[in-house]
Amino acid sequence: MPDTAPADAQDTMMQPGGWRSLVADWSSDQRAFKSASWGKAMMWIFLLSDTFIFSCFLISYMTVRMSTVVPWPNPSEVFALEIGGTSLPLILIAIMTFVLISSSGTMAMAVNFAYRRDRVRTALLMLVTAAFGAAFVGMQAFEWTKLIHEGVRPWENPWGAPQFGSAFFMITGFHGTHVTIGVIFLLIIARKVWRGDFDQQRKGFFTSRKGRWEIVEITGLYWHFVDLVWVFIFALFYLW
Amino acid sequence: MGDVADAAGAAIPHPDSEEDDLYHPHSWLTKYVFSQDAKVIGVQYSLTAISIGMVALVLSWLMRLQLGFPGTFDFIDPPAYYQFITMHGMIMVVYLLTALFLGGFGNYLIPLMLGARDMVFPYVNMLSYWIYLLAVLVLVASFFAPGGPTGAGWTLYPPQAVLSGTPGQEWGIVLMLVSLALFIIGFTMGGLNYVVTVLQARTRGMTLMRMPLTIWGIFTATVMALLAFPALLVGAVMMLLDRLLGTSFFMPSLVEMGQQLRYGGGSPILFQHLFWFFGHPEVYIVALPAFGIVSDLIATHARRNIFGYRMMVWAIVAIGALSFVVWAHHMYVSGMHPYFGFFFATTTLIIAIPTALKLYNWLLTLWRGDIHLTVPMLFALGFIVTFVNGGLTGLFLGNVVVDVPLSDTMFVVAHFHMVMGVAPVMVIFGGLYHWYPKVTGRLLNETLGRIHFWVTFLGAYLIFFPMHYLGLLGVPRRYHDLGQTAFVPDSAHTLNAFISVVALTVGVAQLIFLFNLFWSLRHGRNAGGNPWNATTLEWQTPETPPGHGNWGAAQPVVYRWAYDYSVPGAERDFIPQNDPTAVGMTR
Repeated sequence: MPDTAPADAQDTMMQPGGWRSLVADWSSDQRAFKSASWGKAMMWIFLLSDTFIFSCFLISYMTVRMSTVVPWPNPSEVFALEIGGTSLPLILIAIMTFVLISSSGTMAMAVNFAYRRDRVRTALLMLVTAAFGAAFVGMQAFEWTKLIHEGVRPWENPWGAPQFGSAFFMITGFHGTHVTIGVIFLLIIARKVWRGDFDQQRKGFFTSRKGRWEIVEITGLYWHFVDLVWVFIFALFYLW
Repeated sequence: MGDVADAAGAAIPHPDSEEDDLYHPHSWLTKYVFSQDAKVIGVQYSLTAISIGMVALVLSWLMRLQLGFPGTFDFIDPPAYYQFITMHGMIMVVYLLTALFLGGFGNYLIPLMLGARDMVFPYVNMLSYWIYLLAVLVLVASFFAPGGPTGAGWTLYPPQAVLSGTPGQEWGIVLMLVSLALFIIGFTMGGLNYVVTVLQARTRGMTLMRMPLTIWGIFTATVMALLAFPALLVGAVMMLLDRLLGTSFFMPSLVEMGQQLRYGGGSPILFQHLFWFFGHPEVYIVALPAFGIVSDLIATHARRNIFGYRMMVWAIVAIGALSFVVWAHHMYVSGMHPYFGFFFATTTLIIAIPTALKLYNWLLTLWRGDIHLTVPMLFALGFIVTFVNGGLTGLFLGNVVVDVPLSDTMFVVAHFHMVMGVAPVMVIFGGLYHWYPKVTGRLLNETLGRIHFWVTFLGAYLIFFPMHYLGLLGVPRRYHDLGQTAFVPDSAHTLNAFISVVALTVGVAQLIFLFNLFWSLRHGRNAGGNPWNATTLEWQTPETPPGHGNWGAAQPVVYRWAYDYSVPGAERDFIPQNDPTAVGMTR
């Protein structure tokens, strides 16, 4: 065997510059993203796909808001709460947004402790995150109930364009489902962290693969994404 | 990279060994039914897709019977005809082509061609198949639902898809939309696996620029599908809400049978945008794997390295990217602003450049090659011819002024059947003849294969060539019966009868293929590990068919690109990718 090195080894020694080096890096041996594990890469790509879903929902909402000939209800009035005799616009939504963004903070802390292999703090912070998430979904349920009592239906509402209710229930419902799935996901992973599955390399029930600490960070990616999506929903549906 | 220089291979642990933790089946059930092995999943996908494709084939016969001999068959009344059209189109595009290329070929070939042991997440991959099967069953269930399947046309345009005049309004449309949503969920599970496997789980030495073009095609198509299917999912969810809850996302104010409906204020055009934002990339989701596979078939059976490999890769990527900005060329007659039409016509025509580049490269690969006219090669050549044909009519339809008169005529039907019906199906057949020996260990019967090819290839031309002419005459598509129309001459009716006879003949020829598929399982010639003397890794497996984990003790190490054919100075006319001898081209 005159030369046993794969040709790529020689290529990388030549050090091409500019675009070529970018392409060479990306297409180099075995992995495109050197530091990302399979699971993390998969979550990022899934989130990219999910971004397109939410974008389509939001663009569709904006389109029907333009296509309908009936005036759009004023969200500041619709989403106002009567507290102590004064009507506060968007107060519940503001609290919900605050809760969800705080949950991103606790999630980030959980990821930090996961890197330090601190079982107890990681699990506790994940539980706090899950609790924030559950509170968010609870407030959303309250908001839905209130609006349904006031006569908002997917096909009609007392204040104007029926598409208001349609888009509201569809988009917040879809986002709320994401949050709910996230909460369930958080609880499952928190239990595994607590039990020490990732230190003992315990195998997964379905996949029969060894659990890895990294799953905490992957859960975090999903959770931050759901948060970020909410910011867009908040800006485009409630504030506009 | 330094450690890879040690060719011993087995001595160096795979960097993913921690993650690469294979599931080992313990029973017949987990080995062959609920299997997590990508090869079994690939075969499951393929068989399911072919089965549901047979249903779509039979539907096309029924449609041709009605078009060729109107009034002869009482059971094909207008509602039934529309149901056949709709189900035929949707099954062929989504449940057959997409599932077979990505789920079937993708699952089988990606790990093998990359030297991986399996997909990165085999359990998710298994779920992907079962959800796909569920989607197919829900779709089939609509045949038995009250009112039958939906007859809205495969594009499912609202408002008519939801209104009571359309067949299948009761259950058909609901089941169709649910089935599509399930398909998308299932596909996403599989698609994430394919993408991550390509990006992160290649064997040592396998850089992206050494991957066979088959993988490039499947990979790019999967990325596109992950970004395009969301639009369809959203469209399906919104139409489902329109149908079931009475929302008005897509529904304008309507009067039906003298009754003002409760709908109002929605935008039917919105659905068209969502649908075609999915629908146009979908054309390339089907075409790119075909491009990739055909490149490998041509290189292997012409014993020639692929011409311009890098350009081929960039062309695939460029086509994939461009296909996201052309969707509205399906909507020229929807009343869009002329400047939009101008924009979309321009982008559409730009796609012709990378596509033509690929075509020239295939021809230059064949040029002075040692062409073996095996059955896979015949189908590959058939693909080139039919694809050029369909592509050229695409240039006509991509131009607004030419499209407007041709819109909704048989010309369009002829165009898209040629370019995304016949051409990809040619590649599917070519691919099946090519890889069947790897899957089963036996070759498909060659004589039956040749009969199958010639009847299918010539038949496709006899069916679809005259259809262009019908379209130019102004014969509309989607008509149950042309009746007595002044501008349609009698000869058009004769031509329709002719097309139907050929279509039925070609249909029967597919039964030869099915017979071959089963017969050769037992009686085919023994193939050995590498019957085509191919270079790519799937032909270098220690066992044929490849065992669980694909590679026995050690994963292969890759030393060269996939196209070292007829290298001057080499012992044989091919050098496998995992062969370390440094003769000739090493890329």
